[in-house]
Amino acid sequence: MTKLSFHHSDGSIDVVETDSETSIMRAAVTNGVRGIVGECGGQAMCATCHVYVRPEYLGGLPGIGDDEDEMLDCTADPRDDVRSRLGCQIKLGTGFDELEVDVPGSQV
Amino acid sequence: MDDRMNFSTNAPAHHVVVVGNGQAGIQLIDSLRTEGYSGRVTLLGEETHFPYQRPPLSKDYMAAGSTPEALPLRAEKFFPENDVDSRLGVRVTAIDRAARTVTLDDGSTVAYSTLVLATGAANRSLSVPGSTLAGVHGLRTLADAEAVHARLGDVGAVVVIGAGFIGLEFAAAARQRGIAVTVLEFADRPMGRTLSPALSRYFVGAHERMGVTLRLGEGIASFTGNAGRVTSVESTTGTSYPADLVLVGIGVVPRTDLAAASGLAVENGITVDSSLRTADPNVFAIGDCANYPSHHAGTRTRLESVQNATDQARHAAKAILGRSGSYAQLPWFWSQQGALKLQIAGLVQSGDTTVLRGDPATDKFSVFSFRGGRLAAVESVNKPGDHMAARRLLDQGRSVSPEQAADLGFDVKSYSKAQ
Ligand SMILES: Cc1cc2nc3c(=O)[nH]c(=O)nc-3n(C[C@H](O)[C@H](O)[C@H](O)COP(=O)(O)OP(=O)(O)OC[C@H]3O[C@@H](n4cnc5c(N)ncnc54)[C@H](O)[C@@H]3O)c2cc1C
Ligand code: FES
Repeated sequence: MTKLSFHHSDGSIDVVETDSETSIMRAAVTNGVRGIVGECGGQAMCATCHVYVRPEYLGGLPGIGDDEDEMLDCTADPRDDVRSRLGCQIKLGTGFDELEVDVPGSQV
Repeated sequence: MDDRMNFSTNAPAHHVVVVGNGQAGIQLIDSLRTEGYSGRVTLLGEETHFPYQRPPLSKDYMAAGSTPEALPLRAEKFFPENDVDSRLGVRVTAIDRAARTVTLDDGSTVAYSTLVLATGAANRSLSVPGSTLAGVHGLRTLADAEAVHARLGDVGAVVVIGAGFIGLEFAAAARQRGIAVTVLEFADRPMGRTLSPALSRYFVGAHERMGVTLRLGEGIASFTGNAGRVTSVESTTGTSYPADLVLVGIGVVPRTDLAAASGLAVENGITVDSSLRTADPNVFAIGDCANYPSHHAGTRTRLESVQNATDQARHAAKAILGRSGSYAQLPWFWSQQGALKLQIAGLVQSGDTTVLRGDPATDKFSVFSFRGGRLAAVESVNKPGDHMAARRLLDQGRSVSPEQAADLGFDVKSYSKAQ
């Protein structure tokens, strides 16, 4: 079971609990977390699933692949060199049971 | 007229009825609400599945393992939260434009103030002998994908008819599962409707390296079966290929019957103007089913892509609310074939001159297409940076020179970001 918290810029938080090996993007889209679009279906092709991972959780994440790195240069809200990730490229159920991210103001 | 309609359009009594709950229909209602529309919304879709994304169906969905879950277009709570009357498993059978009603398959009628046709497209089917044998599949809906996925664990050889995007995505996914794959394509190059010849050539080699047998200039003549199930495919050259499963991917036809029967103009899609409205001011058409005057093609066109469906939906929502303007979004597209990510910005046309950026042997390169000396389109393989730079440039009507495009020392990404 992974507990995911999505922090919005207005201070509200969406909490999603999931036990499958889903991605952050899929968990967000399936549960209607606003601000995560996922228009390419998780192929690292659209950068509309951008999230800022809170620093305390960065250590447990898989590394950034080449494609993800290039797409992160093209997000609608500016890239944070340390915290920006594509939600579709982070699979849950591997290495952490809690994760908190900030949702950017725009994705398109 | 548009501006005066503004008031009545957002009155509580106004009723927007959307036919089709795919990528375009759902984005339309989302955008209507985001833009502040407060009238009624009804969304009618004939499929019984909860609305889902199609692109993964020919890619990730086909991986080995238990039946995957479809990726929804929106969460279930989205519809009640946005006060949308969403009805699944309901087919619209007729439009009465004079009375402003649509008829449903249960015989009831729904009155509209504004009607949006987002009916998508249907797979083109084959009529050669044996086409109705079990084991001959198409791939458009989740129901199609479920049927194919359920069989893939037991098949040794697959034949794909048509080397278009869906056929080749499926071919690559089947190869990743170790299945023998033959692709028959009548034309002389794969994905020829969309890609530059240079890129088609690259993909011929790439699929051969994946172990796909790609037969160009060879069409389908007939299917042979045993006990009602397909066992082999006979091609137009007389060759026979064993097949436990056949995937037919020979393109789609836009779903225009409803529009045509109601007297709306139809020609390779439902004819709309630059605001995506039909000749009837109360009826719009968007997505795979719409034929529109394209700024980037320089002619009327009909596109089949997520970008086209969602951007047209966003535009039509604004047009319904009386914010006029011409639809001129840059077309872009992606396809995933095995480890290859193909991304296209703009529309390639025959007669464009092409310049190679990078070395195809590295499986990371782009092809820049020029028309009248200006950048018109960029196709990228495993080069998302080039793709996103191209989108920025083309969006802003900017160009690079062919020399700059070919020069890897020229930083196209920073150039595209500079004002
Ligand atoms: C397997 C597959 C893979 C794809 N991969 C990609 C990709 O990688 N990248 C990309 O950009 N695009 C891809 N596409 C294309 C993309 O999915 C389509 O362009 C997009 O779905 C079009 O959206 P739409 O809303 O116009 O039509 P659709 O999504 O087809 O939705 C139309 C809906 O309307 C319903 N409908 C039709 N008539 C009626 C009626 N009379 N009454 C009620 N309901 C009706 C249909 O049942 C359907 O559900 C892919 C498509 C498929 C099938
Ligand atoms: S869903 Fe498109 S990049 Fe993540």
